[in-house]
Formats: sequence, structure tokens, C-alpha cells
Amino acid sequence: MPDAATPARIARPDGWQILKRNRAALIALGFLAALSLIAIVVPMLLPAALKLTSDASFVPPSSGHLLGTDVNGQDMLYRLLSGARVSLGVGLVGALISLVIGTLYGMISGYAGGRVDALMMRTVEVLQSVPRILFIMILIAALDDYLVDWLDGWRLTAQERNWTRFAEAMNDLKAYSKVLVMIVSLGLVEWLTMARIVRGQVLVLREMTFVTASQAMGQGSWGILRRHLLPNLSTIILTYLTLTIPAVILDESFLSFLGLGIEDPASSWGSLLKDGAQVINPLESKWWLLVFPALLMSASLLALNFLGDGLRDAFDPTSGE
Amino acid sequence: MLSFLLRRAISSVIVIFCVISITFVLARITKGGPFDKEKEPPPHIKEALLTRYKLNGSVWDQYTAYVGSLLRFDLGLSTRYRDWRVSELLRQKMPNSFALGGLAFVIASCAGVFLGSLAAMRKDTWIDRTAMFGALLSISIPSFVSGPFLIAIFALWLGWLPVGGWGTLSQMILPALCLAAPYIAYVARLMRNSLLDVMKSDFLRTARAKGLTETQAVARHAVKVAILPVITFLGPLAAHLLTGSMIVESVFNISGAGMIFVNSIQNRDVFLLGGAVIVYCVLLVLFNLFVDVIYTLLDKRIRLYA
Repeated sequence: MPDAATPARIARPDGWQILKRNRAALIALGFLAALSLIAIVVPMLLPAALKLTSDASFVPPSSGHLLGTDVNGQDMLYRLLSGARVSLGVGLVGALISLVIGTLYGMISGYAGGRVDALMMRTVEVLQSVPRILFIMILIAALDDYLVDWLDGWRLTAQERNWTRFAEAMNDLKAYSKVLVMIVSLGLVEWLTMARIVRGQVLVLREMTFVTASQAMGQGSWGILRRHLLPNLSTIILTYLTLTIPAVILDESFLSFLGLGIEDPASSWGSLLKDGAQVINPLESKWWLLVFPALLMSASLLALNFLGDGLRDAFDPTSGE
Repeated sequence: MLSFLLRRAISSVIVIFCVISITFVLARITKGGPFDKEKEPPPHIKEALLTRYKLNGSVWDQYTAYVGSLLRFDLGLSTRYRDWRVSELLRQKMPNSFALGGLAFVIASCAGVFLGSLAAMRKDTWIDRTAMFGALLSISIPSFVSGPFLIAIFALWLGWLPVGGWGTLSQMILPALCLAAPYIAYVARLMRNSLLDVMKSDFLRTARAKGLTETQAVARHAVKVAILPVITFLGPLAAHLLTGSMIVESVFNISGAGMIFVNSIQNRDVFLLGGAVIVYCVLLVLFNLFVDVIYTLLDKRIRLYA
């Protein structure tokens, strides 16, 4: 049991032990750690020649190209791993954005209560009836051009004042504007579940005696939210963060598959699968273009979901048994 | 009941109105108008086009004009497919999506409830573990991956079903299965957890005590209660499936409503986009209402209020 002087923990105190006994979740965690490490390190170690386009297009897996090559003669192993970087990175950053928005929104709504709460939750309901992928697509279309213009504006200002490094950076960023907009849009759309979960927890927590005690001692609302409620919410936030990452990765891959997301020369699992699906035909199967991205992507999403489920079993008092 | 329906109708209209407003304003502040994509028309022609479609002036003027025409039940004209009314385009594409989504909905709900119940009744056996692993697996595989693999297995390798095409039931099975796969998993997981909760309750102990076998007790008493949370999920799911899936439609090359969403955004076809969003929202609201009514029929303790 926790010390009586510290705020009581609502999550079962043996949460981490429950998680440690969950072998599937631990294997998933190991797999994800290994994959992230490989995706970051290995592309740097590969010989430079592999990363370039070459005449050797559609080479089946062999000793020279472990996973074969694509239409431009680029090595699939390299593209797959840099795709993993992009997909995992987009998933993580998008989920973090949704975490910040969702947590803040849920905490304010739950703690304020009454009419504010009702209004804020009604808003969430309205936003939930917007088709999600559609909303992301509209957001990307609406924001992309503005961001490019904005970056261009900064580039020109920088050129006038001879900040060459800054101008170059802005120019480089322009190539990534769509990815940036996509990450932000994904984060802006995926926070609804997080907000609802956090609000539900805050509704329970704010009735606890330690909150009443803090209020009696004259602590302000923000202080209570930050010092007393947030620590108690941390495990549940972590849990739903883990479950939001695969959702964001899946959305990103849908967009890239439809040709609205990551574009050449950058790659993500979705864009690799799009390329693979375009050249598939029953006569001459280029199976390696589809099978490897599909396997790696499904395995990663499976691992994230396993880990998220394990965390939820361990820490979410409202779920399951 | 009547006052409940009335209040729900009013709040539904507000929800639909909000969603439409967000969509329209976002679509109009997006750079690149509906007539910019093709060869740039001369300014006076472009002006005439914009006037014809009531898309000139401030965004606020355009918005009020659009809402005005919506109030007369007029969805407007498509800016991309000239001389086509949005309602005609929707009427042409929607049936395909309805058929596909309807079949996927039946597959998802039936298979999901069955597998979930089976897993709950055989909790902690290999059946339960296989079913739950399978569920997690099918949630983790995106439909544009499962689609080609389903085609490869059932059409090319086993030869049971046609590779493509649209119209007959056998041609619909693969896309519907592909669309339904993750939702079978969601429904099964929901059903399993809900049934496990119910199986611990007192009335089920009574049912067992009066001599019913476990299967009889679950089938006659527990499923009726355990299915309630599943039904809550099925309402929005129906709306979601019936309005078409961009991915499945593009993988199986079906001309349905999902493609309307994608194309209308890329073509900046504001009114077509608005029409498709309205159909989605109306379906969503209707199915949610339907769910509430079914709830009261299944569980007599619930009184409707809003």
C-alpha cells in the first residue's frame, strides 16, 4: 500500500507486476525496442551504393540485396528500414500531440464539471461524428499550402538579412511540409478517445479526499491538476498513448496508400505497400515488394497492440476483470 | 418516448449542422478552388463559373448560400462533374457502398458475437487464446494488406471466388470480408469481455442452479444482457461501413461512395464533399437513435431520457 501521506494511487498498486507477468507484452516491448534500434542504426551502416537508385530494378532477394530491389533499383532493406523510421516516428509524434491535447482537454473538462464539462463533451461527440480519415485529408489539404507559404516567407526574410543557414533550413523544411502537416493533423484528430478516458478518471479522482484536502489548504485548480491529478493519470495516459500509436501509424499508412501522405523519395510502410500493390500481377509476382513491408508493419502494429493491451490490463481500473 | 425522440431529433440536427459547417469552411479556406486544377480558365469565365455555383464573395456569403440551399433540400451541383447534381451522383454510387457495407456489417456482427461468446465460454483454453490472438492480428493488419492476400489465397490459389468484378454475391464476398475483418475482432473482444462480466452475475448462478447446462444458461439468459454494449458499438459501425471504405474500394476497384470522399477533396468539389458528409452524418445519427430504441426493447429497466 502507498504511504498515507502521499496522494492515494487509484491504479492497482501491483500494476507493474501484472505487466511483468504478461509474457506477450514483454516480448512485444522487446521487439519494438529492437526494431527502433535497428531502424535508427542499420541505415547508417549500409553501404552508400545501396541507397541510390540503380539499373538493377526488381532483383529478387539475393545475397547482394537481402530483400530485393524495387522499380528504381533501390535496395528494399534500406527502404524498409527508413520507412520504419518514418512510420514509427509519425506514429510517436502524432500520438504525443494527441496525448497533450487529449489530456489537457479531458482534465479541464472533468475538473471543471457542470456546464463546461457538458459543453466540452458535446463538442467531442460532434467531432466523433466526423469521418476521421476524411477530416485528416481535409486538414492536410487546407493546411499544407499555408505552411509552405509561411516557410517561404521566412526563407525570403532570412535571405534579405543574409541568414544563409536559416534560409537553407527553411528550404529543406519545405520538402517535409506535407509530412509535418500530416503529423499535426493526425494528432489533431486522434485525441478524442484520450480526452474521454482522462475525463472519466478525473471525475473519479476529484472526489477523493486528497483533492478535497488540497482545496481546503488553498491550492489553486492548476496546482491540483498538475501536482495531484496528473501523477495519478500517468499510467492510464501511457496506456492509451501505446494504443494511439498503432492507430496513427495505420492512418498514416492509409493516407500514403491512397497517395495523399508520404511521397518519394521518402518512404513509409504505407507508401512501400502502395508501390508494391501497383506492380503486382498474377503472371510475374514481385512478392518481395509486398510481403516484407506487410510483415514488418503487421508485426509492429501487433506488438504495439499487445503492449497496449497488457498495459491496459495492468493499469486501467475500468477495463476487464 | 415521443419527447425523447423529439429532443434527439433536435440535437441531431445541431450535430449535423456543426459537422457541415466545419467541413464547408475548411474546404473553402483551402487554397486552390474547384476550377483551378484544369487549364486555368480566363478570368471572366472563372468569375462566371464561381457566380453560377455561388462560390464567389466572402466565405461567409458562400456558407449562408449553401446552408440556404440545404434548407430547401438541395445538395447543389458538382463542380467537377459538370451538369451532375450531387444527389444524382450520390444515388449512383451509394448502392454499391450500401451493398458492400451491409454485407460486411452482417459478417462483422454475426462472426464477432459468435467468436466472442465462444471465447468467453471457453475462457483460458486454447480456443479463447486463438480467438483473441486472431482478433489482435486482424486489428493489426490494414485492409490494403489483407485485401491482396485474400485475393491471392481464395481467388488465385484456391480458386473458390472470382478475382475481381462487381455485381454478384460471390464477387462481393472477398471485399466484404476484407472490410469486415478488423470489426469482427472489435466486436468479438467487446462481446467476450461483456459476457465474462455477465457470467459472474447472480441471475446466471440461479440459472445454473436450476439445472441448466452452461451453454443453455449463457444462450438463454446471459447473451441477451451481454450484447448491449456490443449494440452500442454496432450503431456507429453500421454508419461507418455503409458509407463506403476508400481503401477497400480502391483495392478491389469498386466504384462506391468511399471514392467520392477522396476524389471530391482532391478536386475541391465542395458540394459533392458536403453531400457525402451529410449522408454519413445522417446515417450515423439515425443508427445511434436506432440503438437507443433497441436498448429499451432489450432491457426493460432503461427509460429513455435525453
